[in-house]
Amino acid sequence: MNTVHMKINGKPVEIEAGSNILAAAKKANVNIPTLCYHPDLPAWAACGLCVVKQENSPKLLRACAAPVQENLSIITHDAELYQIRKTVIEMILSTHPNDCLMCARNGTCELQRFAAEFGVREQPYEVRLVDLPKDTSTTSIVLDPSKCIKCGRCVQVCQDMQGVFALEFIGRGDHTVVSPAADLPLNDSPCIKCGQCSAHCPVGAIYEKDEIGDFVRAVSNPELHVVTQIAPAVRVALGESFNLPAGTITTGKIYSALRRLGVAKVFDTNFSADLTIMEEGSELVKRLTTGKGAIPQITSCCPAWTDYMEKYYPDMIPNFSTAKSPMMMQGAITKTYYAEKANVDPATIYSVAIMPCTAKKYEIGRDDNMHASGFKDVDLVLTTREFARLIKASGIDFLTLEDEKADSPIGEYAGAGTIFGNTGGVMEAALRTAYNLMTGEDLKNVEIDAVRGMEGVRTGEVDIKGTTLKVAVAHGMANVSTLLEEVREAKANGDEPPYHFIEVMACRGGCVSGGGQPYATTDEVRAQRIAGLYTDDEQSEVRCSHQNPEIKQIYADYLGAPLSEKSHHLLHTTYTERPLYKH
Amino acid sequence: MSYRNYILVCGGTACESSKATEIYEALVNEIKHQNLTEEVQVIKTGCFGFCEQGPIVKILPEDSFYVQVTPADAKELVEEHIVKGREVKRLLYNKDKSKKHAKVEDIEFYQKQFRIVLRNCGFIDPENIDEYIAREGYAALEKVLFEMTPDQVIDELRTAGLRGRGGAGFPTWMKWNFTKQANGECKYVVCNADEGDPGAYMDRSTLEGDPHSVLEAMTIAGRTVGANQGFIYIRAEYPLAIHRLEIAMAQAREYGLLGKNILNSGFDFDIEIRLGAGAFVCGEETALLASIEGKRGMPVPRPPFPAVKGLWGMPTVINNVETWANIPVIMLKGGDWFSQIGTADSHGTKVFALTGKIRNSGLVEVPMGTTLREIIYDIGGGIANDRKFKAVQTGGPSGGVITADYLDTPIDFASLTKLGSMMGSGGMIVMDEDDCIVDVAKFYLNFSVEESCGKCSPCRIGGRTLANLLEKITKGNGELKDIEQMKEIGSAMKKASLCALGQTAPNPILSTLNYFEDEYMAHIVDKKCPAGKCKSLITYNILEDKCIGCTACARKCPVGAISGERRSVHVIDQAACIKCGACFDTCKFGAIEVR
Ligand SMILES: Cc1cc2nc3c(=O)[nH]c(=O)nc-3n(C[C@H](O)[C@H](O)[C@H](O)COP(=O)(O)O)c2cc1C
Ligand code: SF4
Ligand code: SF4
Ligand code: SF4
Ligand code: SF4
Repeated sequence: MNTVHMKINGKPVEIEAGSNILAAAKKANVNIPTLCYHPDLPAWAACGLCVVKQENSPKLLRACAAPVQENLSIITHDAELYQIRKTVIEMILSTHPNDCLMCARNGTCELQRFAAEFGVREQPYEVRLVDLPKDTSTTSIVLDPSKCIKCGRCVQVCQDMQGVFALEFIGRGDHTVVSPAADLPLNDSPCIKCGQCSAHCPVGAIYEKDEIGDFVRAVSNPELHVVTQIAPAVRVALGESFNLPAGTITTGKIYSALRRLGVAKVFDTNFSADLTIMEEGSELVKRLTTGKGAIPQITSCCPAWTDYMEKYYPDMIPNFSTAKSPMMMQGAITKTYYAEKANVDPATIYSVAIMPCTAKKYEIGRDDNMHASGFKDVDLVLTTREFARLIKASGIDFLTLEDEKADSPIGEYAGAGTIFGNTGGVMEAALRTAYNLMTGEDLKNVEIDAVRGMEGVRTGEVDIKGTTLKVAVAHGMANVSTLLEEVREAKANGDEPPYHFIEVMACRGGCVSGGGQPYATTDEVRAQRIAGLYTDDEQSEVRCSHQNPEIKQIYADYLGAPLSEKSHHLLHTTYTERPLYKH
Repeated sequence: MSYRNYILVCGGTACESSKATEIYEALVNEIKHQNLTEEVQVIKTGCFGFCEQGPIVKILPEDSFYVQVTPADAKELVEEHIVKGREVKRLLYNKDKSKKHAKVEDIEFYQKQFRIVLRNCGFIDPENIDEYIAREGYAALEKVLFEMTPDQVIDELRTAGLRGRGGAGFPTWMKWNFTKQANGECKYVVCNADEGDPGAYMDRSTLEGDPHSVLEAMTIAGRTVGANQGFIYIRAEYPLAIHRLEIAMAQAREYGLLGKNILNSGFDFDIEIRLGAGAFVCGEETALLASIEGKRGMPVPRPPFPAVKGLWGMPTVINNVETWANIPVIMLKGGDWFSQIGTADSHGTKVFALTGKIRNSGLVEVPMGTTLREIIYDIGGGIANDRKFKAVQTGGPSGGVITADYLDTPIDFASLTKLGSMMGSGGMIVMDEDDCIVDVAKFYLNFSVEESCGKCSPCRIGGRTLANLLEKITKGNGELKDIEQMKEIGSAMKKASLCALGQTAPNPILSTLNYFEDEYMAHIVDKKCPAGKCKSLITYNILEDKCIGCTACARKCPVGAISGERRSVHVIDQAACIKCGACFDTCKFGAIEVR
């Protein structure tokens, strides 16, 4: 590692070359305030809070953008810097509605935090507010331009991390606003509802659509039979909202909390993750062995990704696995298989999914395939953030809850199902089962390191008793294009496909850092949540989907075999090309 | 000289708009008519600089300087001057009618000037490469290609001590050296011709009058740093400059001075023009590069500097037009020669666009170290209409005012900054006692606020708040605390804005507050505008003893606020008056006063 030596407020620090001064300060136990910098993104340098002094130079540096240098000596805090920062905060507040009590970010807002820390007690400057309506056009997120502080994070996230270009700056000077592309309603823009903008916004200008009220009404309606499922990634992140370290596994407490909230049954999306593997794995093996169906097969469990593909890569539709996402499979079997078994009228079932993802709110209404049971397969999606608020508002002392178990018959999961929540996990789970499907044997070591890790694009080869499977994993939507261009090119040249199986998740790190997860997600937090899921996998008695007893049971009792007609009807879907812009 | 006479017609934008093309055509026709095409050549040149007196026609070899020429004068000029050899006295420039100032060297406007950048402006036909070559054009390129190593070129620039003329004054040799030493698959050379400060037209005139000097310099830079592609980023509102650049580039390619294998040296270099939409902030180098790349023109933090990571992430030399125009001369005459001109801090010359309440407005090029007094009084001829000098603004909207006390300051980068102003790109606007200093600050600040890109909060929010405070003060609603707020916001903007636009936008306020606090106080405390500019703070009154009741004012008043019988004293209804000043301008008897 190439390091440089420098001083922060006189204290020597050694730090990796190429780091910024913010990072150097952190090493010296100093926090420098910033409202626009986010470690996921290159410095945008807009807010003006992180200015610091360089010894013997009249010019201030932006700590977010200035790289460390040998012998640099930096002063991060003094009376002048305090005054500048306070003035900048007061200026920002002079164009801000400051209605914290009614704000989605009350208590988690980065601006509110600095206003508190800097002891802002009055509004010295002329107040000028942005008078623009909220954009509530999507079913996933709400944009409130009146709260936007133009930090640029969402635009960078949407354009650079996600490659979507649904958000942009329009206007100049103090008329600048962040707006959906071409000034359309967000839902008519290319937006894929991933919600990464909402997860990165420092203030309450972009937030998940709050549907807690629907949940509360449903559980208090005696005619409804409320059934829930929780996604893999929720269990390793929810704890953060209760001050537990990222990655803490809270599955048992979540089950317990749901029961206290008054639901009839607590199931787990992880069960259907196993089901997805059975279907998708069989589909892959079928494509590989019969030569029917496009290669590579590409995973389809991320609704933001399917939306992206339908808009940006419609030519890849044949490559998509027709398997639905675990959440939608769970919804379909809840109102059919479970309803039958439990003898409940499916019309009275209200199916709720607790998800790390805002796109899931969109997915439940994607098209008619999401009504496979004859009803709305999933009635309501709550994100992890909403779920945390719901628990708190319901007076549940989450941390002291006893661990409980999920209900049968669709609540048990294999380790394979839980790692669906992180990048590489779907691939790994599928390979565990594909190996069995192709060889009749089980892998001795189920941990497939080739597909683990955080690089945006990872490729590898997996040996299945002499057959080499070429696989690739991409996460962070903008990273997918490298892979897909490769596939396109091979197709155009009539070459062998470069891969057999590709896993894509729209969010960096996978669902563990979905757009509906607790705030302040960084790579460090991602790593902790991912470690939590791998631990959950390791601690599972059953590691492979095809070994999950409840999976065996549903095939024996109800579905028959993977890819059966019934499976096709309930568990598979179709895709259509969608325009980037709706007019 | 192969012709008996040359007739040079100014073809700069200012003179063009006052019929220079028609004059040119009339002269050509007249020469044809007299069968003199073999003996006399008519040339449309770049700007002569003395715009106050345009359109200008100069006849060589007599060096007769004709001013305010009209197309109708063409016949007389040819018949008298060319055919009969008699100067047309009535058109000769003649300041105080007694003395005859006929020759250029006699005109005080030119006497203190020293022309490096503008060496060819007004002397050559910018649309004819041969004329540039005849004045040592492309000799520097030849020298660089065949007699100098890239290191020697950089050494020469270092010896010269040339600093960027685009505003920041960064040493040019250092920039070039960074780019030369940086690694990159390819490198680029960019000319910043986005000039957009109010009142500035130095760069435009240089490109219009001598486009080849910039092309030659960019090619020299390409050779030195290892770039094969150049871009000229020029605002689309400069059609004449763009036209002449296009002609110049085509001619240079034809002569093997641009394109593949330049002068058989094996070196390839070509240039493309990119048009800017006229956003001032796109002149900031990182925003300019973003704009060339097709992105929103917004500054990005430096480092990395463009010299290391510029256009499409590649090392890029970006210089201002005026900086470029200096370079061929430095290569030919040597860095030592250049470093002798100017002051210890700043070598060479600087071109200023002198405007405002000045007698001789125009483009002036002076050695660094010339004093403001020399520019304003000797070259500019002093304040127009014999009013009193109040202040001069240098550095455009980024600069500040300089008062009479500091007129003897020798101009260089450091001295202007010390006075709370800056060199900037070379705008120089002179104000007299009729200018309200708060109004002046408001004008510049509003410019910056309108041109802010909106990226960073100090500039985006602070700028508008400052502008609104000034508006409030000029409207008569100012409070004492406003001054404190302006200082507070101004210093936060200076320190925490991302680019120089926001960092310098408060300068006009802070410097006027510094030198003219009493004038602010008059607006805030006494609710008076001493210069009589701020409409809300003045009243028009009719003086009883002077009004003869002619009714002229009452007839002119657009809102009918003036009443009174014919031949009796008139009165203005203050509640109805909109302070347009029509009555004041109309009254022939001085009966209307402003208070
Ligand atoms: C708001 C703003 C506008 C600018 N406009 C121009 C311009 O129009 N022309 C120019 O040459 N430099 C302009 N600059 C300066 C450039 O950023 C840069 O310093 C210059 O092009 C470097 O060339 P030089 O070293 O030859 O001066 C501007 C800077 C700022 C902050
Ligand atoms: S965004 Fe933050 S500061 Fe603004 S109203 Fe909401 S909580 Fe308050
Ligand atoms: S939800 Fe995703 S795609 Fe939509 S605007 Fe936000 S970041 Fe962009
Ligand atoms: S919406 Fe949020 S993330 Fe986007 S620019 Fe505004 S404050 Fe920043
Ligand atoms: S200082 Fe002004 S012009 Fe420069 S980046 Fe900030 S907002 Fe844009």
